Amino acid sequence: MLAMNYRGPYRVRTEQRPMPEILHPEDAIVRVTRTCICGSDLHLYHGMVPDTRVGSTFGHEFTGIVEEVGPMVQNLKVGDHVLVPFNIACGKCNFCKQGLYGNCHESNPMATAVGGIFGYSHTAGGFDGGQAEYVRVPYADVGPTVIPPDMDPDDAVLLTDVVPTGYQAAEMGGIKEGDTVVIFGAGPIGIMAARCAWFFGPSRVIVIDHVDYRLEFAKNYAKCEVYNFKSLEDPVLFLKKTTDWYGADVCIDCVGCEAEGNALQTFTGRKALLQAGAGTALQWAINSVKKGGIVSIVGVYGPPFNLIPIGNVVNKGITIRANQASVKRLLPKLIDHVQSGRLNPKGLITHRIPLEEISEAYNIFSSKLDNCIKTVLIPSTKA
Amino acid sequence: MRNEAIDYKAIPGWGMDADPENEPTYPMKNYTGDDHNRINYERSPQQPITVEILQSNERPKPPVVFGTSVPPSGLSGIIRRYAFTHSEDRYRHWLPLILADRINVFEGIIDDVKKGHIPNVFAEKGLKATWKHNPQKIVSQILVASVVALTLFSVLKKKK
Repeated sequence: MLAMNYRGPYRVRTEQRPMPEILHPEDAIVRVTRTCICGSDLHLYHGMVPDTRVGSTFGHEFTGIVEEVGPMVQNLKVGDHVLVPFNIACGKCNFCKQGLYGNCHESNPMATAVGGIFGYSHTAGGFDGGQAEYVRVPYADVGPTVIPPDMDPDDAVLLTDVVPTGYQAAEMGGIKEGDTVVIFGAGPIGIMAARCAWFFGPSRVIVIDHVDYRLEFAKNYAKCEVYNFKSLEDPVLFLKKTTDWYGADVCIDCVGCEAEGNALQTFTGRKALLQAGAGTALQWAINSVKKGGIVSIVGVYGPPFNLIPIGNVVNKGITIRANQASVKRLLPKLIDHVQSGRLNPKGLITHRIPLEEISEAYNIFSSKLDNCIKTVLIPSTKA
Repeated sequence: MRNEAIDYKAIPGWGMDADPENEPTYPMKNYTGDDHNRINYERSPQQPITVEILQSNERPKPPVVFGTSVPPSGLSGIIRRYAFTHSEDRYRHWLPLILADRINVFEGIIDDVKKGHIPNVFAEKGLKATWKHNPQKIVSQILVASVVALTLFSVLKKKK
């Protein structure tokens, strides 16, 4: 089968790989119909996440047709068209039972902080991902969800990560009616977080980024205020000023470890790899929120990580909420939002590229070429 | 690039998920009463361990399932094995893994060549897309590389 193959920072290709096999009685093999490149895949692509081994296949956003099921699988049958949440979750451990599907204790030997994630380095379990024609899906009875017959497959594939992560980013912000919400990052997750923030009743949603075409897209898609921080002398000062010198009620970090905007953090974090990434967005979020405000983090930070102004967190009494999205928990609500027309996930898709051209697809997204917001990869064996 | 004033209450879905009990934040976890049962819960059967798995020393036994995509090998594998003797709390865990990743890139090139495959770096970097959408970048990179090469060449020639 054809699959993506990581060869080192900024180098990927597709090539023939062995077909995945059932390795556990609760596994399924899924033939991929659609898969995406996520902004957090770029952290892998840029070599920022430890234990990303050459030869890995990325991809944690995919839909597909069930081709084979293990002997203990009961909820899926061959031929089902499913969307597969990016979390690999057992459904039985105490964390899964509490709804913390992103923190499953039975899917990742290599780290205890995060559960297993498809195609997201050995730090997240060493699973091959969905940027391939076929993929092994563990715990097939727990995560995979049959796509409702009236749902557009392009909407479905975005329900595997982008929509739940954006929604949870807003949800973790504890947004209340009348709040001012500031979102750092106008990538797909930031845009979706801005759109979902409205579900909680704020009066202002502000998105900060440094790429004009992404801000323009965010403004149109999420009906929010947008600002390019390169045109601002000091983004934190500006945000204080625009909130009556009070600070935002809620700040949401949708950027993670590769933030732009601070030369020192860029050098120490992204060039010298002394702190596995630049924490500029998080620093701005902590410093822009009001006293007693809430900072929600869904941006990905690779370990080790330091230089976070934790003293400010204490002094300001900030509540910080952060996690990988628990997709399974959110799916019923989000499927309802999509089916009722309140959310239009496929509106984020700007590029559809054959899986064979994955090198170009990564470069287009990484280099922000051709006004790219979200890319869907289509394997040639699609249904 | 600021928006004009909008009637935000007209946005479909505005406020429909608002929860007045949401203080300071929600969701609260789904409290099951099992918190103190710790790791005593019904586990699925163990996936057979057929490849070398590097396991965090912060857990006593392997999880039920795991990926088998790229087992550790070569010099990078030796470094990774060392890293996993230290807990996730230590730089001795994470920094060796980053070093191993860099070494692994060279191992990948050697492996490709051994299999008779010369890596096409231009294609693997997807530079066809840069050429299509931002040709100035490629041209400027070639110019910079040429100037550096010429400078180096002239310096070395002078030394001789």
